[in-house]
Amino acid sequence: MKDVKCECGHVNPHGTVLCEACGKVLDEQEKNNKELLDMRYEGSARRSQTYNKTIIDKIWNFFSSVKVGIWLIVITLLTSTLGTILPQEMYINLPPDVYYEQEYGWFGKLYYQLGLHDLYGSWWYLLLIAMIGISLVICSLDRVVPLYKALKAQRVTRHEGFLNRQRIFGVTEHPEEKDLAVIKNHLHERRYRVREENGDLLAEKGRFSRWGPYVNHVGLIIFLIGAMLRFIPGFYVNEDLWVKEGETAVVPETGEKYYLKNNQFILQHYDKNKDKTFEKAIEQAGSVVKNYQSNVVLYERVSKNLPGEKPELKKLKEYKIKVNHPLDFNGYSVFQSSFRSELKTMSFVLANKKTGESFGAVNIDLEDPKATYNLGHGYSVKILNYFPDFEFDKNGEPSTKSRLPNNPAFVFSMTTPDKSKPETSFVAIKQTIEPFGENTYKMAFQGIETKNVSGFTVRKDSSLWVIILGGIIFMIGVMQGAYWNHRRIWVQNKNGQVWIAAHTNKNWYGLKREIETVLLDTKLVIPEDQQQKENLEKEGV
Amino acid sequence: MKKRRLVIRTLILVILGAAVAYSLYSNLTKDSKQKVAVGDTAPDFALVDMQGNKHRLSEYRGQGVFLNFWGTWCPPCKKEMPYINNQYLQYKDKGVQVLSVDIQEPELAVNQFAERLGLKFPIMIDTEKEVMNVYGIDLLPATFLVDKNGKVVKYYTGELTENKVKEFMEQIKP
Repeated sequence: MKDVKCECGHVNPHGTVLCEACGKVLDEQEKNNKELLDMRYEGSARRSQTYNKTIIDKIWNFFSSVKVGIWLIVITLLTSTLGTILPQEMYINLPPDVYYEQEYGWFGKLYYQLGLHDLYGSWWYLLLIAMIGISLVICSLDRVVPLYKALKAQRVTRHEGFLNRQRIFGVTEHPEEKDLAVIKNHLHERRYRVREENGDLLAEKGRFSRWGPYVNHVGLIIFLIGAMLRFIPGFYVNEDLWVKEGETAVVPETGEKYYLKNNQFILQHYDKNKDKTFEKAIEQAGSVVKNYQSNVVLYERVSKNLPGEKPELKKLKEYKIKVNHPLDFNGYSVFQSSFRSELKTMSFVLANKKTGESFGAVNIDLEDPKATYNLGHGYSVKILNYFPDFEFDKNGEPSTKSRLPNNPAFVFSMTTPDKSKPETSFVAIKQTIEPFGENTYKMAFQGIETKNVSGFTVRKDSSLWVIILGGIIFMIGVMQGAYWNHRRIWVQNKNGQVWIAAHTNKNWYGLKREIETVLLDTKLVIPEDQQQKENLEKEGV
Repeated sequence: MKKRRLVIRTLILVILGAAVAYSLYSNLTKDSKQKVAVGDTAPDFALVDMQGNKHRLSEYRGQGVFLNFWGTWCPPCKKEMPYINNQYLQYKDKGVQVLSVDIQEPELAVNQFAERLGLKFPIMIDTEKEVMNVYGIDLLPATFLVDKNGKVVKYYTGELTENKVKEFMEQIKP
């Protein structure tokens, strides 16, 4: 693997197609070809394709192939669409092994078995994304370095074989001396950087547009790094938090540092009498919510207590959390995301079933019921059993499904002065059972009180700024590559003639127009677009 | 020159590979990640039991602690309680303490439950779910075994048999 020395004296890396300095065609196969030169990457040696020895080189070469990169992107796109056929696991409310088969039959079952229910979190999907990232890094490195070197090493005077095989090329047989000065002037006016050697000219502008794609890739990689940061503990928090009215709860993932008190939850509807403009719409829709709001107080823990001990809290601020108006503190945002109402108290009166005479009311706090309620004059009620979320279990015994008071039920023991033994009664919503025979007394249901529970989402995303930065750099790269062109015009003396050749990475029409203005007021022949000429000849025009 | 290229390429591939491996690993383990893992020092806490006595975990250094999280509404919890009670009576003089933490339930429910089953070990209510959060408890019942040095030796979720309880007690006996 030797380096190649060109006749101009420049030493090129092995695999170079066009000499970096003078542009002479070095590749043997290319040499005898009369077609236009392939100017991609300046004919530089993409080294990956020339060294293929160790396993490291082989891995490197695999990822440095644009073909591989494009396939990776296509495969990722195709598989991404698979995940949109059926709802993903996070959007269903049944266990996935039940849901898919029940809803979609054999196809659903297959979908689940193939693991497509959690496609975007699967290891192989992540691996695909990661491989695109690796391909991006290696492809870019493998091209930007040789391209940079080639553009830096280029000399003003170019080899004839390089010039006459450029797409835009023309020869002036009998040039006039003064024309060169005119061109130079014009080129300066068009903001070209003009270099001169032995009377030859190289005018170049917009070289930095060549770096656009690479800047763009750097942005993408920063973006991917930002997405990766989310996996680091503490960088990304997305948790639910339910706080009842009047209660204080610790904000999750803050290291038990912050506490949130919910003073009040407010639900407001549009009033069709007040908002006359929307009267029709409101009538049509029934009721339309105007506002979900929680009035909260944020506290910071100042004591060094252990979990389970009562913390000492310092008030930081009061805030009204509304939809899209989160409470922000120390990188965290607390959003209003949901609400529900929960039973708070249930009230009964102890009454005589026949006469209806009442002997006092019992107000039961469903979160913390008392064991005995003394009503005076010898009347009292004892709770023998409390089932906050009542159901009959498998054995037909009363039990509770959860700790939440969704469906409270009680076994009461009623002590009255006229009975020697207390009477027992089982009371659930719309249901009374008297297990030991007919009672004289009953617990007559009076009413319930509810309270609201606000549902919050606690979010923190420290990776967001990295992602935004990646996005900005990405866009800079796109603009750099899209709105500027890298144009070069060679004006060179060969055999007493003046040869003009030009190259641009895009917008050939613009370049040709520019050359016309540059050559204005001179006798020089306007160079032709050889590719266009070829095409026209082929078409037989 | 060639050697340098190999070194640079290896370096870049290693860095990229490490980043990918880390992402994959953290993504795949994020669901099963335990806040308190075996080998960790069990996080200290202090709760007051139904009799009004304060229990602080770190005060039980030198003894094994059978730390059980439960709720009256959870059927397997109900089933395993008598076994724990029996073994507690066997092992309390051999240096194994049982601390049983109910998650946020009314005192009445817990007291009635303990009375009905005749439970003798200290029972405390985690009213603010703080201890539950610190231990990252998801499913009940959950049992942590803490040895005499305060280290977690086992984490177990699900119903226990009497033999299992005995085996656990044996494991943390100082």
